[in-house]
Amino acid sequence: MAHRISRLSALLICAALASPSAVSAQENGQFIPVLSYRTGPFAPNGIPWADGIVDYLELLNQRDGGINGVKILYEECETGYATDRGVECYERLKGKGPTGAAFVNPLSTGITFALTEKAPVDKIPLVTAGFGRSESKDGSVFTWNFPLVGTYWTAADVAIQHIAKELGGTDKLSGRKIVLLYHDSPFGKEPIPVLEALAKKRGFQLTMIPVANPGVEQKSQWLQIRQIRPDYVVMWGWGVMNPTAIQEAANVNFPRDKMIGFWFAGAEPDVVPAGANAVGYKALMLQHGAGRAKVHDDLDKFVYGKGLGKSKPVDTGGVLFNRGMVGAMLAVEGIRTAMKKFGNKPMTGEQVRWGLENIDLDEAQLKSLGFEGMISPVKISCADHEGSNKSRLQQWDGKGWKIISDWYTADEAMLAPMLKDAAARYAKEKGITPRDCSKES
Amino acid sequence: MAVFDPVKVAFFVEVLVSGLLSGILYALVALGFVLIFKASGVFNFAQGAMVLVAGLALVRTLNWLEAHLPFWLALLLALSFAGALMTGIAWAVERFVLRKLVNQTALALFMATIGITFVLEGLGQQIFGAQVYKLDIGLPRDNIFALESLFDGGILLNTLDLWSALLAAAIVGALAFFFQWTRTGRALRAVADDHSAAQSVGIPLTRVWFIVWVVAGLVAIAAAAVWGSKVGVQFSLVYVALKALPVIIVGGLTSVPGAILGGLLIGAGEKLAEVYLGPSLGGGIEHWFAYVVALVVLLVRPQGLFGDRIIERI
Repeated sequence: MAHRISRLSALLICAALASPSAVSAQENGQFIPVLSYRTGPFAPNGIPWADGIVDYLELLNQRDGGINGVKILYEECETGYATDRGVECYERLKGKGPTGAAFVNPLSTGITFALTEKAPVDKIPLVTAGFGRSESKDGSVFTWNFPLVGTYWTAADVAIQHIAKELGGTDKLSGRKIVLLYHDSPFGKEPIPVLEALAKKRGFQLTMIPVANPGVEQKSQWLQIRQIRPDYVVMWGWGVMNPTAIQEAANVNFPRDKMIGFWFAGAEPDVVPAGANAVGYKALMLQHGAGRAKVHDDLDKFVYGKGLGKSKPVDTGGVLFNRGMVGAMLAVEGIRTAMKKFGNKPMTGEQVRWGLENIDLDEAQLKSLGFEGMISPVKISCADHEGSNKSRLQQWDGKGWKIISDWYTADEAMLAPMLKDAAARYAKEKGITPRDCSKES
Repeated sequence: MAVFDPVKVAFFVEVLVSGLLSGILYALVALGFVLIFKASGVFNFAQGAMVLVAGLALVRTLNWLEAHLPFWLALLLALSFAGALMTGIAWAVERFVLRKLVNQTALALFMATIGITFVLEGLGQQIFGAQVYKLDIGLPRDNIFALESLFDGGILLNTLDLWSALLAAAIVGALAFFFQWTRTGRALRAVADDHSAAQSVGIPLTRVWFIVWVVAGLVAIAAAAVWGSKVGVQFSLVYVALKALPVIIVGGLTSVPGAILGGLLIGAGEKLAEVYLGPSLGGGIEHWFAYVVALVVLLVRPQGLFGDRIIERI
């Protein structure tokens, strides 16, 4: 018996040593943890998202030898989209590499909520491109959170702007009926304050209908929608909730082109399972959509050409894959910005935080990075950790996503005071003294 | 005096019917639990994972075969493959888990099925993939509007739900017949009542357990086909099993008709609660409301509406 156990232990030790992704403390390079979910109910969305991140980091290593010559060390940790496992991954990986984790991208609003209080203690920035707490845009309070290129509040405002445009003007919103169908979780409830404020301001009737996790059963919700007969349904879902909602919309004959999903309800896994019933469905874009840019050609050449790709070459232009690449690129540019100040060596979380807060990417730089046309210019500051509050709309035609609108910019005149209030409430609750952004450099 | 409002009545009927149809689908999953418990006294926590694996095997094989063969042949072969896989799983569970645990406590067997759950979930996704797979087994998906002459706009019914309910009803009928009227069915019930006594009269315990896990595997394929057609085959199918838990609490763990009635009660109850009570309670209540119903039944009749009352003399 003892013999058997020792053989098993030896086998396990060998397997651990042979693991290609394990990063040793002695290895020199910039360590980036990758919290991902490749199993569980949200895996269909989590896999392409994580693939985009890992492939982009690998591209930098293969093409450029890392960031300014500093090799990127990365290690994936499976969260299963569960907050407890996400925190466990964070704790396990935060100290790896010569300078610890450069930043953490939790790929989950729930995990982000849980880490928001840990990040300042560990001095590790949270990069949450398109998700997380909306009020964390206010960097004076949320020093370590970076909800880059889009918050949920930006999305909510743009969704209503687009509905107004389709109706022929903001004045046409008055008296209309809009349903918010949302995932019954903190993430699903994020847009509610903005939509309520807009309903009051524009005079439309807002009905909010929650869907219990994970959202495989939505009969009663859609029968209520059939009875309400709304002009539009705004959908705030993730994972299986989205294709189920589209399927149920078809079951009650609700027109798909009057459904507007937000940007986590606007990827291929959200529409493909619903088949022909998804044709006409619209969704917001987290700036980028599906499609290819120059960076994809580089991926083909330096990553997939060497057999190092995580995904299939045909899937590398998908919405979530692109989201992974955009998020990784923005965070890496934070590291690169930090290196300009602190030198070309592995950066600490604190240095990366400074770098993220000083990102300034214009069209020319985005082009040189290979992301031309995918996102608009981004400029982060102490006061604005979002950096760009724009979005577009796309529509599913049965085969692919087509961009159907120009850029919308969120109405800061309305959102800024709301954000300030929410951030101030958080600061008071947690005893945080907001930074004076005029003194930050 | 209340005035008859046809719109409100039509809506109520629509909610009620959709709840009943959903309930039959819950019952289909609940049957898997009942079958195994009835025949072996094991509460099979792995039933949801079995639905997932059955669905993944079916859809992945069907998608691959469809490209090379006529649809009906591809479907037949895919169903056969899924059936063979579930039979293999049943054999492995009996051979490597249950056989080692004969005469162990019910808790030990229950814990073993928790282990089986995680193995099946992990291996299933590892082998067949973790994406969402669209499943089309040829069931119609059109909407029909019943009683249009009575109610303006009619009562909305989806043919996919109707066909699914019919399929579930047919399976339930076949199982009821199997347990009540066949020699093997009676042997299964004998084993459930008392392992040792059944063995002493010559009923082969291991064979019976193998058979019942195969039957539960086949029911899992039916559940996966129906739920997969509705929402795509994906990991979330394991959550459908959670819907079956209140059903078996209400109906009783040992009763096939109880699973059906429990399914109907839970399905209709949760939908009506969501629509009529939900708005005043913040919505999203159907998920836990089903357990409220189950708790009430548990307090009043612990064995469920149709379950066998177990009295143990000390």
